[in-house]
Amino acid sequence: MIKFIARRVLFSIPVLVISSFIVFWGIRKTFDPTAKYRTSKDAARLIAEKRKEFGLDKPIVVQWWNWATKFVRGDWGVSTSTNGKVTDMVSRALGFTVQLIFWGVVISLVIAVVSGVYSAVRQYSVADVAFTGLSYLGVAMPPFWFALLAIQFLSVEPKLHWHLAHPIVYFVGLHSTGQSGFNLDYIRHLALPVLTLTVQTVAVWSRFQRAAMLDVLSADYIRTARAKGLPRRKVIFKHALRNALLPLVSQTAVDAGALFGGLIITESIFSIPGMGRLFLAGLLAGDVNVILAWMLVGAVFVILFNLLADVVYGFLDPRIRVT
Amino acid sequence: MTLSDQEAEPLSNASLEEIIEVMPEPDEGDLELVAGAEPKARSQFQLVVRRFLRHRAAVFSTVLFVILLFMCFGATWVAPFARNKQDLLADIAGPSRHHLFGVDQLGRDYFTEVLYAGQVSLKIGIAVGLLSTIVGFAAGAIAGYFGKSIDNLLMRFTDLFLVIPAIAVLAVALKYFGYTDVTIILVLAGLAWMGVARVVRSQVLSLREKEFVEAARASGASSWRIITRHILPNMLGPIMVNATLGIAGAIVTEATLSFLGFGVQPPKTSWGKMLSDAEGQVGGKHAFLLYFPGLMLLIVVLCVNFLGDGLRDAFDPQAKH
Repeated sequence: MIKFIARRVLFSIPVLVISSFIVFWGIRKTFDPTAKYRTSKDAARLIAEKRKEFGLDKPIVVQWWNWATKFVRGDWGVSTSTNGKVTDMVSRALGFTVQLIFWGVVISLVIAVVSGVYSAVRQYSVADVAFTGLSYLGVAMPPFWFALLAIQFLSVEPKLHWHLAHPIVYFVGLHSTGQSGFNLDYIRHLALPVLTLTVQTVAVWSRFQRAAMLDVLSADYIRTARAKGLPRRKVIFKHALRNALLPLVSQTAVDAGALFGGLIITESIFSIPGMGRLFLAGLLAGDVNVILAWMLVGAVFVILFNLLADVVYGFLDPRIRVT
Repeated sequence: MTLSDQEAEPLSNASLEEIIEVMPEPDEGDLELVAGAEPKARSQFQLVVRRFLRHRAAVFSTVLFVILLFMCFGATWVAPFARNKQDLLADIAGPSRHHLFGVDQLGRDYFTEVLYAGQVSLKIGIAVGLLSTIVGFAAGAIAGYFGKSIDNLLMRFTDLFLVIPAIAVLAVALKYFGYTDVTIILVLAGLAWMGVARVVRSQVLSLREKEFVEAARASGASSWRIITRHILPNMLGPIMVNATLGIAGAIVTEATLSFLGFGVQPPKTSWGKMLSDAEGQVGGKHAFLLYFPGLMLLIVVLCVNFLGDGLRDAFDPQAKH
């Protein structure tokens, strides 16, 4: 097992190295971090100075190497646009994103499992058809449009309609000013961003769960269990559900890993200063240190969660355990 | 068991139309058996078309999609107003009998705007879907057929672009090559072909072990001939399904990127760009500006997805959903 994990981690290192170089090169080629000094007094001298400070006078490979050697030692540099330390910026942003991912994944899982299992057990029932239709809608719905509609119809319109002082659910940030911790204010802020995330994931996961459950329900050992005269309830929840949950577990891990790169859309629409916003701001400013740090942190989470998916699957299902 | 295996056996050699196939019992209603009469032979192509036509949602979606295509690309004739024509007296206003989708901030008929914006959205979506399918097919077929080293290279390449964010690539490419539709299409297709390549690769891996490929090779057919004449026809189904899903995905991706400001740039508009322009209206009196471009996106993506579903069922009636 340890060998398997070590090999996977080792294999991913070249990918990270090469991709970081490509992005470094691309951003350096197209963005000039000294552009903002062009209008200042004594621009020529200042720009020359800054170019030296950022190392822009050296060949691109040397620049990248300098960045990379510092990066692995934990010195992630400062943002060229805000002068803040990149490590602090990333850890702060990660905090916000993790909150969204946690609630989004937990709620999505519950809805997906319940609706998926129900759909499979009562295949072609009214509810199954309704869930299917909804998932088609959820998959086709552009997430940013859904977010905007949610703001309009769930926050603004009710407020106007009932003449409320504050909307029922907010759509800016995760807390009102002066508020912190887990309270009603937090939930009212969290509702719409989490809903936006949930709609996308549930649409896919519930289909997934339904297919897995249908698969298991047609297995021989289920027929045997039914033939023995076990009650339907027991067969569904004890025999079938346990096995039908396996595929979704690993799918969840893989999907959740990919979310750490940020819910770029959700965060930018709901003004949540998470990883997605950090990346967008970095990209608009051509801030190489921020973009690379963001990218590598995101990639590490993808790798970690993929590993987790394999390990957990092996743990739950001895048939495919890796050696 | 053996009977169904024979049925599932892919067809070898020659193009689909050339093969006259009398299937033993492919699907209910495919053959209308009249007592005593020879069952009418149908080509594989006809069977596919028949099965597709039975998928009502798919047929309806196809018709709707074609209508929308005609409306957008024929906007010069369909649109009730001239493009960018400003009615300076008509202030921003909701839908009315005169202006179907209302009037935007600049006094332009919103319906006309939506149609013209659709040209860009659809053009980019369809081009990306087709291009990525063609490139992905070529790469996947080569990787799957010639095996190990090329295969490894392709997979590493795929890993690379799983790490590099699409938005960053697009931002850099647009700055470097200029803000044109072609750049957007090339970048999006360049990022999307790898998914297709993986599907094609796995298909080729299983197909190349089939007896009919072995037979072709034994009779001296070249690799090129085997790929194009024996393997490709058997993969038409999955490829077409992938192409349609690719189109849907590309339309949404383009819209998302344009919404964030990394896609279509003014004076060009697309549905995503229109939504980006209207974002400030959310919560305001003129939120209707948000509804129509998004609705068009939703309808088009739904149509294309249903079309893909129909194609999958038509090509592979045994597939589970």
